[in-house]
This record gives sequence, C-alpha cells and structure tokens, in this order.
Amino acid sequence: MVGSPPGPDPAAIGRIFREESGRSIAALIRAFGDIDLAEDAIQDAFAVAIERWPDEGLPPRPGAWITTTARNRGIDRIRRESRGRELIEEAAMLGGEEDGDTDPDSEAVADERLRLIFMCCHPALSREAQVALTLRLLGGLTTPEVASAFLVAERTMGQRLSRAKRKIREARIPYAVPGEAELPARLSAVLAVLYLIYNAGLGPEGDRELRDEAIRLARILQSLMPGEPEAAGLLALMLLTEARQAGRLAEDGTLVPLAEQDRRRWDQGRIAEAAGVLAQPTGHRSGPYRLQAEIAAVHTAAVGGEATDWGRILGLYDELLALAPTPVVALNRAVAVAEVRGPGAALELLEGLELDGYCPFHAARADLLRRIGRGEEAAAAYRRAAELAPSEAERRYLGARGSTIDA
Amino acid sequence: MTEYLLSVHTSPDHRPEPMSEQQMQEQMQRVEALEAEMKERDALISSARLTGTDSATVVDATGGEVITTDGPFAEAKEHLAGFYIVRAADLDDALSWAQRTSECVGMPIEVRAFAGMRGA
Repeated sequence: MVGSPPGPDPAAIGRIFREESGRSIAALIRAFGDIDLAEDAIQDAFAVAIERWPDEGLPPRPGAWITTTARNRGIDRIRRESRGRELIEEAAMLGGEEDGDTDPDSEAVADERLRLIFMCCHPALSREAQVALTLRLLGGLTTPEVASAFLVAERTMGQRLSRAKRKIREARIPYAVPGEAELPARLSAVLAVLYLIYNAGLGPEGDRELRDEAIRLARILQSLMPGEPEAAGLLALMLLTEARQAGRLAEDGTLVPLAEQDRRRWDQGRIAEAAGVLAQPTGHRSGPYRLQAEIAAVHTAAVGGEATDWGRILGLYDELLALAPTPVVALNRAVAVAEVRGPGAALELLEGLELDGYCPFHAARADLLRRIGRGEEAAAAYRRAAELAPSEAERRYLGARGSTIDA
Repeated sequence: MTEYLLSVHTSPDHRPEPMSEQQMQEQMQRVEALEAEMKERDALISSARLTGTDSATVVDATGGEVITTDGPFAEAKEHLAGFYIVRAADLDDALSWAQRTSECVGMPIEVRAFAGMRGA
C-alpha cells in the first residue's frame, strides 16, 4: 500500500537518539574503554538508523538496537584501524557474540550510566569540563548545542571537551562508581553539576531546553540512586522551581513575587511528581537540596500566599542554616522570620549579613522597612536593589515598588 | 596498572610551621611507615627528597655553547622538594596515595601519569 512510510522521520530519530544515547554510550565506554570510539560508534549507528528506520519502522526496543548496532560498528572500526585484539575481546563481553548480528531485542544491557556520570563529574576535572562532558556524553547534546547553552564559541567548547577526554585517558580517571568513603563528596559534585546546568537555563535569557535536560538527568540519577535523599531532593527542587516558572512574570515582563503569583498557572504535573519523589523513603538524613525542596513544596502546597505554613518553612530554614551557614541562607531564613515573628525581628537578623552586593538582600530589607513604616529608608533600599537587579524583569518590579513609596 | 609521579611541592602558601626535634622525628616515622605500606602493596617504584633550590645549577647547551648558571631554573613560587613514583590501578588509587603523603609531609602534591605506560 502506498502512503507515508511506516517509520520515524530524521527529526524523530534524532530525538530518540538523544533520549537513548546516554545509556548506550555508557555501555560502549564500558565495553571499549575509549570515549571517542564510543562516540564514533553511536554516530555510525545513527547513520544506519537514518537509512533504515524510515522504511523499516522503529525497532521494538530502540535503545537496545542502538547499543548493539553501535557496538558492532565500533568493532568494525577497531578492525579497520587495527587498534588491537584486546579491545575486540573486551567488546565481546558486552552481551552477544563477537560476530555481529545478535538479536538486539533479546539483549539485556547493563545500565552503566552511574559510572558515566561519576566519571564526567570527577573532581580531577574542572567544573566547566564536568558540565560540558555531562551534557555531551550523558545528555547526548552535540558540541555546538553545549557551546550555545553556555555562550561559548563552538571551537572553544570542542577544545574543552577534547582536553577533558584526553585527561580522562591519560590520567586514567576511573570508569567506576566511587566507594562508600568517597561517595558523599563525589555525589555532591554530581549534584552541583546538575544544579549548575539547571540554573544556567534560568538566566535572564531563559533556556527551557537546558532546564528540561537538567531535570531529565536528575531523574536518571535519582532512579539509579533511589536511596540517596540528596538525589531525590535535587530532582524535587528542580521540578518545583520549574513548576512555578509560568507564574514568575507578568504579561509586560515584570517579575511577580511569590505571594502574588497566580497559582493556577503553576504546573501541577511537576508539583505532583516532586511530591512523589519526596515521599519515597530514603536511607539517611536530609541535606541542603532536600531541605530546599521541602521548603519549595510548602510554598506550592499553599492555596494562596496567605495560606502558606510559615512556621514549617522557618523550621526547615533552621535545619538548612545549621547544615549550610551561609549569609544567603540566613537572609532567606530572615524572610520566614518576618512572617512568623514580624518584620522588626527579621530586620534585626539582616544586620551584619555581608551581602551588600546582593540584590535580594536589599529587596528583602526594603520590604521589611516598608512594613514597619520607615518609608524613606525603604525607598533607598529599593533603589539599591534595582541597581543590582540581574534582569530587566526584576529591575522593573523593584523600581515600581520603590516609586509607590516615594509617592 | 599505570605509573604516576607524585611531586611534592614547597610553596610560600604552604610553608610548614617550624618543627621541634621530636616533631621532626615523628614526621619521619610517619613518612617511613607510609613508604613501608606502599612497598608492601607493591605500589612504590621510587622516592627521593631533593636538596634546596639554593644548591641548584642550570645547564643550557641549547645555544651551541654551554652556559652554566647558579640557582633554580626559574623564579617560580613553587619548587619541587621531592617525589614518589607509584604504580596504581587508576587515578583514584594514585590520588589516595597522594592524599596520605600530603597529610604526612604537610605539603601539596601534584599527581601526573607517566606517558606511554598504560596497560599491563
């Protein structure tokens, strides 16, 4: 019968590869012990898929198909380039026979993504390199995509990636999940990388795809380490932050403060997913990401700004401040104190915080001063906050607040 | 296995406190115990402590004639004080030796793999 072909078009194939390639590349790096070869092999498999899938249709398990096809192409490359017998034998360990056409649908490929993520975020690599490698290898982004997400020239990003891969090879950064003693410190580096990717997508320009990618990676990490409260905490924190994105800006682009946001615009699907993640039992006690997620969850649970359970939020900030005694946490805790004990008590807590160059400090101070009737000081603090505002949306909001007091 | 150079650097930022005779003895004992453990685990290939940069001499024969000058190579802030050459499974293994050595000697350590010694 003549009609549209049964299989996916090239754009759909690209999406499937990006979705599946992290798992495939992790398995291939394990098999070949060589990142570049694994990347080349995936690229070869992509070329085969572009040729076959549109006519033959999508294989029943595309991920397994990609891994098997890429592995076979990788072995072909080793043979052509005579990189040595040893690699071929290692590759044969990846399920199936050395020679070729094993049935991809009967193969169960071990999930090696945890090794991959710990390798990408190894502390011997710079934070920039960790971020770039994670997006490239685990997220399946192309080098130009990684470059544009971080506003870096493509050439620079290419060099950064190849330098990082060379260091992994030469210094023998292990392809392994760290042992129990190193795990807490190593996991916190992984979490920091994912959070940095998310926050990079939050900037004034706003890169929705980058935020989605960070959430996808956090979901993978959480599914691979279900007992880790901080992996769950980071995922929930991102989901709840993302859920509120739609209510953050008014139609004219002015920032809307949390208390005044239209809660109907929040993404209930993400809020529910976050609640599910936070409800799962975890092994040990909370860390900073989980506490921040729980604070965000209290905000999203309230039907309106006035219904917020500030007592609970203050309790969570007390815990957070004990774990992470930074001026920014102290500032956020003071905002909760204002709701529980009044603006005067909160204002006292701001004294002595060294945050003079930090816009939210002056914005919070301005709000507290306004509420206790010290209008002139409040207006000055709003002006200072507006000067320091990182985006136009915030500058407009703060400017408007300041001028209502002046009037 | 891969071979790594663990180089011990003196730096103005990490100048150790002056030590008493007894403290020096204790430090030597700790270093010896660590080296014994490295040997026992077949990790230690070689180790050495260097004399100070005050006694260094630079020889340059690149320009046709031999120029011999007093002093260290360059006015760098950090100087190589000594080194260990260890055999390790991977970077994490080498880093854990480096961490323990740094604790013992009270100085930071740079870890680099030797080129062309992969595999085994």
